[in-house]
Amino acid sequence: MIKIKSHEELNTLQKNFEDGIKNEPVRILVCAGTGCQASGSLKVWEKMCELAKDTKISVEFAPEVAHDHNHPAVHKSGCLGFCEQGPLVRIEPLGVLYTKVKPEDCEEIFEKTVKQNEVVNRLLYKNKITGEECFNQSEIPFYKGQTRVVLKTCGTIDPESIEEAIAAGEYQALAKALFTMTQDEVIKTVLDSKLRGRGGGGFVAGKKWQQVAGQPEKIRYVVCNGDEGDPGAFMDCSIMEGDPHRMIEGMIIAAYAVGAQEGYIYVRAEYPLAVKRLTNAIKQATEYGLLGDNILGSGFSFRLNINRGAGAFVCGEGSALTASIEGKRGMPRVKPPRTVEQGLFGKPTVLNNVETYANVPQIILSGADWYRSIGTENSPGTKTFALTGAVRNTGLVEVPFGITPREIIFNIGGGIRDDKKFKAVQIGGPSGGCLTEKQLDEPLDFDSVKKLGVIVGSGGLVVMDESTCMVEVARFFMEFTHRESCGKCVPCREGTLRMLEILERIVAGQGEMEDIDKLRTLADLIIHTALCGLGKSAPLPVVSTLNSFLDEYIEHIQNKKCPAHVCQKLKQYIIDKEKCKSCSKCARGCPVQAISGAPKVPYEIDQDKCIKCGACMAACPFKAIYVA
Amino acid sequence: MLDESFYSKADEILNRYPAQERSLIPIIHEIQETYNYVPVELLPYVAKHIGITETKAYSVASFYERFSFEPKGKFIIRVCDGTACHVRQSLPVLERLRSELGLSEKKHTTDDMLFTVETVSCLGACSLAPALMVNEHVHPAMTPDKATALVKELREEAAKS
Repeated sequence: MIKIKSHEELNTLQKNFEDGIKNEPVRILVCAGTGCQASGSLKVWEKMCELAKDTKISVEFAPEVAHDHNHPAVHKSGCLGFCEQGPLVRIEPLGVLYTKVKPEDCEEIFEKTVKQNEVVNRLLYKNKITGEECFNQSEIPFYKGQTRVVLKTCGTIDPESIEEAIAAGEYQALAKALFTMTQDEVIKTVLDSKLRGRGGGGFVAGKKWQQVAGQPEKIRYVVCNGDEGDPGAFMDCSIMEGDPHRMIEGMIIAAYAVGAQEGYIYVRAEYPLAVKRLTNAIKQATEYGLLGDNILGSGFSFRLNINRGAGAFVCGEGSALTASIEGKRGMPRVKPPRTVEQGLFGKPTVLNNVETYANVPQIILSGADWYRSIGTENSPGTKTFALTGAVRNTGLVEVPFGITPREIIFNIGGGIRDDKKFKAVQIGGPSGGCLTEKQLDEPLDFDSVKKLGVIVGSGGLVVMDESTCMVEVARFFMEFTHRESCGKCVPCREGTLRMLEILERIVAGQGEMEDIDKLRTLADLIIHTALCGLGKSAPLPVVSTLNSFLDEYIEHIQNKKCPAHVCQKLKQYIIDKEKCKSCSKCARGCPVQAISGAPKVPYEIDQDKCIKCGACMAACPFKAIYVA
Repeated sequence: MLDESFYSKADEILNRYPAQERSLIPIIHEIQETYNYVPVELLPYVAKHIGITETKAYSVASFYERFSFEPKGKFIIRVCDGTACHVRQSLPVLERLRSELGLSEKKHTTDDMLFTVETVSCLGACSLAPALMVNEHVHPAMTPDKATALVKELREEAAKS
């Protein structure tokens, strides 16, 4: 492979690759993100490849370009976001999007769509409310409300091919920065764009860059935080898997701006596909001279390494992450000195997350003013969210800041599943909290949600309906943060354990009213004394549920009842006397002999003896046992 | 005492990395991938090679959840208990797997060394909750019954090979 040695050579190459794609008479894109792969998209891809080999196609309906291919081209694409409807297949130039495609559907797709340009209606997405068939992405309500900047090419190109990325215009921002802008101009553009860190804190990215550039030490590092540890979040995963070059380009631009020679991407070990795609992308970029020595012939050199995490949530914290790259235990340290002063290997370090870097190329290309025209004044741009839980359409969405949670959940997400009632949406993962019905019309941006006592965080949105117990959710998060506490500081190590013990008591029906005050006191203490950001925010899910759902806590404590019927120990198994046929199956299945009865007399459960195991309910052939 | 082959295999891995502290975690990753666990006896050997103390190597290896000093099964089933999976009922799936395989919160690996069942905080497949991962393959939208079927399928696969 020939290294690209100038901006002109890059332009020529882009043109060539673009023509190559235009020459594909039919382009079949099979989504190969983690979600679609799990639903079997690779089998669909294999079948498509097999069919494509045997298919010579007439070109009447192809775009108006020269044809030198006679076969349809089959590609794996990055995550299209609508994971729930996967495997997704997109066919260009027709632009049709097929959902839930199985290998056995491929022949029909070939016969009709590929050969005759006809649509296979049964594979189209149907609007869940109106029942209308949606022909392409823009007709599907899930995509309608979105603004795709970071995910622009995610899903339309093959993430394993740098040629497709270059054809789509990637690395043009790098060339622009290297050849037409000084380092200070790059930093100023990013500063002016007001791009804020997408990892959770929302710190202005340009400020970090400026501070690193101003350090006297000349050895500097650029580090990418791809340790997306929040449960219920997979935005960064999709970017790394679906469009790795965009993020890498952002990192190289950052390195140029601050004068760094080496960079590291720290990725969770739970994302093997992201590691594979990034490794491949770095190799390709190096071969083309977009990484390594003398990038694009500009004289600037930068090398990029990948480090895999090893299952420690705390490594998402900056100083813990750099410690882990250094080969140490991933434990946060006291700051100052901050990462920009003494980060990786004690040198000035720019540390941003995946989505932040992925925003950079478009800012350099289109300018700070353009960027600030999207979103709100102090939170410009877009944010990707992982929309999951009890919502009809789950998946990856990208929306401008300032949108309301209601728009995301009810327009894009299609409302609550099974026509249940909305209860809350959990935002910001274990460092965030819940928004309730009342708060659904507040704008979603860094500063507005802070006023509501939660954070935007990395972007997990877990929707909960009436069948979710909020006390149990608080216990779940506390168990998570306690398990993941690195143990360095006492408030986090011991404080989260004490809070967890109290919550466990409450969900088991052994809580006391004073437990609520104890929880608040402990939360306050941890928030003010823990060493790192993760510890400081660990109590927030509890504080947030206490504020919004205090009545549920009280119901558990005083009436020993779980209103959502979730908490096992508070369930009451009851035999419906009307339905009971006195067959005695339940009594025989009960491990603690809590059920008694006689022939022709309805059976009864002794609630004092019952251990709530549910064996009776499973044993009853007449569905006479229910939970109250 | 480990068999000599462990040390020669370790040498192969060590030779791929600079003899520096920063290589420790990638080296342990590779050792674990080779044996499905980290033979603790190898740590002093690795430590000496990269110039750190034994205690330091042990402190790092024991810190990270992903590294295991216990041999793991041929199939490592990681049940996701992330928020989205949790609210969509991942625990019944975990319970079924454990009862199906005679495992518990304390006992993670079957005696025949075929299965290891663990939980994981998030697999990033939240839209298809509840999910689990068998080695590196994600299985979406699990139910207890699907879990039973999966165990059967994996047993058959093992019997074939």
